Amino acid sequence: MSDDIFITRETVEGADDGPLADTTVAVKDNISTEGVRTTCGSEMLADYVPPYDATVVSRLKEAGATIVGKTNMDEFGMGTTTETSAFGATENPVAPGHVPGGSSGGSAAAVAAGEADVALGSDTGGSIRCPAAFCGVAGIKPTYGVVSRYGLVAYANSLEQIGPLAPTVEEAAALLDVIAGPDPKDATTRDPERSAPYVDAADGDVDGMTVGVPTELVDGADEGVLETFEDALDDLRAQGVEVVDVSLESVEYAVQAYYVIAMSEASSNLARFDGVRYGNSGGYDGNWNEVFGEAREEGFGAEVKRRVLLGTYALSAGYHDKYYKQAQNARAWVKQDFDEAFADVDVLASPTMPVPPMALGESLSDPLTMYLADANTVPVNLADLPAVSVPAGETDGLPVGMQFVAPAFDEATAIRAASALD
Amino acid sequence: MSAQSAKNADLTTVIGLEVHVQLETDTKIFCGCPTEPTDEPNTQTCPVCLGLPGALPVLNEAAVEAAVKVGKAIDADIPEETRFHRKNYFYPDLPKNFQITQYDEPVCADGELEISVGGERRTVGIRRAHLEEDPGSLQHVGGNIDNADYTLVNYNRAGTPLMEIVTKPDFREPEETRAFLEKLEEVLEYLGVFDASRDGSLRIDANLSLVPSDEVDDDGSIGTDVLDSANRTEVKNISSHKGAETALQYEEGRQKDLMRRGKAVEQETRHFNETHGSTVSMRSKEEEKDYRYFEEADLPPLQVSHWKDEISIPELPDARRERFQDEYGLSDEAASKLTSTKQVADFYEDVASEYDADLAATWVADELLGELNYRDMAVTDVEGRLDEVKRLVELVAADDITAKNAKEVVLRGMLDDGDAPDDIVEREDLGKTDADAVAAAVAEAIEENPDAVADYEDGDDGAINFLVGQVMGKTGGSADPGTVNQKLRAALDE
Amino acid sequence: MSDDAATAEDVRHVADLARVDLDDDEVDDFAEQFADILEYFDALDDVPTVDTDADLVNVMRPDEEHDCLDREDALGNAEGTEDGYFKGPNVS
Repeated sequence: MSDDIFITRETVEGADDGPLADTTVAVKDNISTEGVRTTCGSEMLADYVPPYDATVVSRLKEAGATIVGKTNMDEFGMGTTTETSAFGATENPVAPGHVPGGSSGGSAAAVAAGEADVALGSDTGGSIRCPAAFCGVAGIKPTYGVVSRYGLVAYANSLEQIGPLAPTVEEAAALLDVIAGPDPKDATTRDPERSAPYVDAADGDVDGMTVGVPTELVDGADEGVLETFEDALDDLRAQGVEVVDVSLESVEYAVQAYYVIAMSEASSNLARFDGVRYGNSGGYDGNWNEVFGEAREEGFGAEVKRRVLLGTYALSAGYHDKYYKQAQNARAWVKQDFDEAFADVDVLASPTMPVPPMALGESLSDPLTMYLADANTVPVNLADLPAVSVPAGETDGLPVGMQFVAPAFDEATAIRAASALD
Repeated sequence: MSAQSAKNADLTTVIGLEVHVQLETDTKIFCGCPTEPTDEPNTQTCPVCLGLPGALPVLNEAAVEAAVKVGKAIDADIPEETRFHRKNYFYPDLPKNFQITQYDEPVCADGELEISVGGERRTVGIRRAHLEEDPGSLQHVGGNIDNADYTLVNYNRAGTPLMEIVTKPDFREPEETRAFLEKLEEVLEYLGVFDASRDGSLRIDANLSLVPSDEVDDDGSIGTDVLDSANRTEVKNISSHKGAETALQYEEGRQKDLMRRGKAVEQETRHFNETHGSTVSMRSKEEEKDYRYFEEADLPPLQVSHWKDEISIPELPDARRERFQDEYGLSDEAASKLTSTKQVADFYEDVASEYDADLAATWVADELLGELNYRDMAVTDVEGRLDEVKRLVELVAADDITAKNAKEVVLRGMLDDGDAPDDIVEREDLGKTDADAVAAAVAEAIEENPDAVADYEDGDDGAINFLVGQVMGKTGGSADPGTVNQKLRAALDE
Repeated sequence: MSDDAATAEDVRHVADLARVDLDDDEVDDFAEQFADILEYFDALDDVPTVDTDADLVNVMRPDEEHDCLDREDALGNAEGTEDGYFKGPNVS
């Protein structure tokens, strides 16, 4: 039993009956749980106990689930390896010595190690899909607005969604059925008017489906990853799928646009952490500027500081148009590009990550290299679309995931395609 | 302009106002916490207005309705799309260290309000009006804002809906701002979106600059280049109409004085000290104000321009005043008093619908409002008992009691002791004496006072007053003096 | 506004705006990293203007009261409280 998967182990029993009765769920530590410490992987919130439940947590409880603990994560969701957590790194249970991915590394590891039947994570730029791919489990990032964010500690509020991780696509879809749906407490939620539960779509029935592969998301990927990806495509072809190449020109700017928007929003979303109402306090010696500066210096790790400062810079007078406004233009372009691609294909496919899981400690020295690893996942968040990552095989004994992206509110098609590989 | 030329030039004062008003909704703008004032700190908060991690804002439709009503009343445009932005800065009264407000797409734009100053009517341009959330409230412990040991924070107020109304720099005298604020409050109160009696419901920032008079166009307007080149001071911490006038009179004087002495006016923010009636520099707090505005992604934009047609607003004070003059034949002064608040106006029309308009006007405008004013009370203090006031008017109209008694005994008794009019009438035996009793008293008075009768018959008309007094004494003051006078003359002239 | 890489001056300025204290080493490290990252972001200069329509509008709630937090819960995570108030540093 590994101790690095959970930040807090605590059991919360749900209702006696329901679709998740007899199911254990691990919850990422940036999702508010009433009465149970919620740290976001940060010293800033090391002692913070929310007085309320996130909507998804209420829904888990109503469905009869048993919550078994709060999982480790990159600090405030900022990272791709779970190594920026103030509570230490998590080791990949199926690839010792390697990272589990991030930022929902603890949730993916909990499922892969059998510590929980299923888990909840959050995905701002790939934070569900990346750890799902690295740990050999299934993960779903829903269309923006399908799952309530009420209670999710915000990092980049226009980009993120809570989603399920599970051993199979079907189980992930079943968990999505429990947590999805409009919430009066979250003004950005939508009611997609589905005709069937998500779990029904995990039937592997892909005969006649057209899958588009964006060349930009395949070029430059690790050879071993590509090989595994191609084998998976052959598997789909054998099941009646037509595979075509597509081009998403705008994707060239996706990482920049993502980081400018995410960092800008983060700089504002994390401003509330000043130690007065909750969180690490700077004491009372000195005026509020001095005290706040100290509280935040102590409470935030290096990556969080980096993103908060860069985000502040991108929004600041004189730079707003150059960075933030241009990033929004790039985002709109990416959305358009995806829409146009879907005119010709049912679903898009790519390797979830361009590289296999890195060794622990390998990637922390150069932030920019780390950011580039998100190239395949961030365009999906920019476009507000749904995506599923499903295990596609291994390279050198390291898990490789395949990502399926569907049109907005068409989780079913991505689930269907992914389930054909399960 | 240079300090030297300022010394010699004729100067025109240019003033603009930024007015923050608390809107009267039951709950806060982004959450369902009540807005009702309470003495218990931090008892009206929730994850949203406390800014707890993970909480999200959801917009109160009543706040949007109120904003559209205001827009309608000031003849503003309500654009196709309007949205919220974040204004980012750090302060302990701001739970999220950003305020959700509106930046370049406000809900109302280009309105105006007509005011009357010294009998003259003027139109003040309103550049924009937008919605935003109120921060919490601070108490400085162990000193004042400059030297306190620490601060106590109460977030009950955080999230109360505010409307910020920004005027064009159309004011030319401090007293005009007072007239504007009075008019604005009146209109807002008529709309039912504002309560002037609520502490802190009105907050004003004013800016003032002096420009050379020869740069002012004939129609009174001033070019933007002229305005931009003049140094402007912003005055904060004004919370009343009178305060605005005082602060700006002080500021105008201070600036004129500086200029006449050849000194430059600094562009700065100043703090109004109500007790001293002066403004003080806040220079030490001047720091670059980079608010890094960007869209609030948690709140979808609004497309509510069609609400302007769909939402109705009541007849506004000016229109009502004019109608009162036409319909009820009232003087400008009486009509003004009777439309001072919507409640008074509604009550007047209720009374005037059943009794003589002039009588109603006298009783509502002069007697009722007069007695209330004398006791430092407002109509709101008796709003549950207006039916009793109406009963009083009924008694006077039916000639059951004298107007004198009605005012001096009954009305005062109602206000001071809370008694009902009929109870007072009965207790004090104020019922007007019937005709026979009066006739008898008249006869008696004539018989008992032959000298006064003789004086009257000799031509001393004033002697009748003595006799009237006698009759009044006999009837315990409840006869109507006019009637008594008539009857005495009738009896004596026979 | 300039296209020059971020300097230590810039880093100190945003650290001030963001209320995050930094020591000299951190300022230098960040200045170096920022230079690289911002140069990478420069690519955004080439992106054309794209107009979009909002697909979700007019989300509002009725003016109805909900249950508030008990004061105990509201104050529960604060480092300092006094007589029902949150205790904060002095301001000016």
